[in-house]
Amino acid sequence: MTIRIAVISFPAANCDLDAIHVLNNVVNIQADLVWHNYFREENYDGVVLPGGFSFGDYLRAGIIAAHSPAIEQARIMLNDGRPVIGICNGFQILTEAQFLPGALLQNESLKFVCKWVNLKVENNKTAFTNKLKMGEIIDIPIAHGEGRYYTDNLKDLEANDQVVFRYSDEKGELKKEANPNGSLDYIAGVCNLERNCIGLMPHPERASEAILSPKGTNHGKLIFESMIEFIKRRSS
Amino acid sequence: MDLLDYIVEVVLENKPAARDPVGQTIQKDLLAKKGYNMVENVRSGQYLRIYLKAADDASAKELVNKMCNDLRIFNPVTQNLSILKVTKS
Repeated sequence: MTIRIAVISFPAANCDLDAIHVLNNVVNIQADLVWHNYFREENYDGVVLPGGFSFGDYLRAGIIAAHSPAIEQARIMLNDGRPVIGICNGFQILTEAQFLPGALLQNESLKFVCKWVNLKVENNKTAFTNKLKMGEIIDIPIAHGEGRYYTDNLKDLEANDQVVFRYSDEKGELKKEANPNGSLDYIAGVCNLERNCIGLMPHPERASEAILSPKGTNHGKLIFESMIEFIKRRSS
Repeated sequence: MDLLDYIVEVVLENKPAARDPVGQTIQKDLLAKKGYNMVENVRSGQYLRIYLKAADDASAKELVNKMCNDLRIFNPVTQNLSILKVTKS
């Protein structure tokens, strides 16, 4: 089975090539960089919305891209259960397009934050976390100005087990110092009810090779490998 | 009927429940530090001035309301939309 993944390129995306590199050369599957106006869902088993500053973050981060033709195509994939992931700006796009609940607000510090953080795995039953263990702590970098997760319905989000990752310290403790942007309830990533779509602010594509990690880890790769596993299970 | 030129001024503001660190910083770290202690709160937002053609004031307002809701010009999860003013240009 040949698995094909699309990485959507929006004007001012800047992490699209990193995602392509990891998928093609680290995870070793076929990934295509697709310009947002040309994306056709029928050619792909999964889609990655990469990080960056699509459309200059004008109006609000992600809102212009959320209305792009690529998102209408991705919505077809979402609805028929294929995996959809939004990383950083991709997460902002997915909340604006209402694939995922909540919104990403400006960081509490008002500063762009770029550093490695610890994430605690809160749900390993999604298309992108099936190779992770519940409660496992993974190393991964963040780089964003608008990453403060907010929802007006935290109760349902938690009741439906839609929190996928939380910022924590190295031991998995939720401490204020470990929350890099003031996210509500330490939330770093969420999924849809069907578990085939996730969004997260941290960058797994920058954490998929030991040489790029200060601790020599490659935890981000597991997120992409989970997607492959999910696609294989779906087709078998 | 001829359509008229209108300007509709719109403000997008975070809902009270969503913290607004920009407003807080202006109040705490600038105004209060410079002696403007009477300022109790500042909320920041975005301002749009929309130029459009419409039949009358009410339809200009309605059109802007519709476009802002349909296209999520404001994010209903976190923001409120207020139409400040409708003027014939």
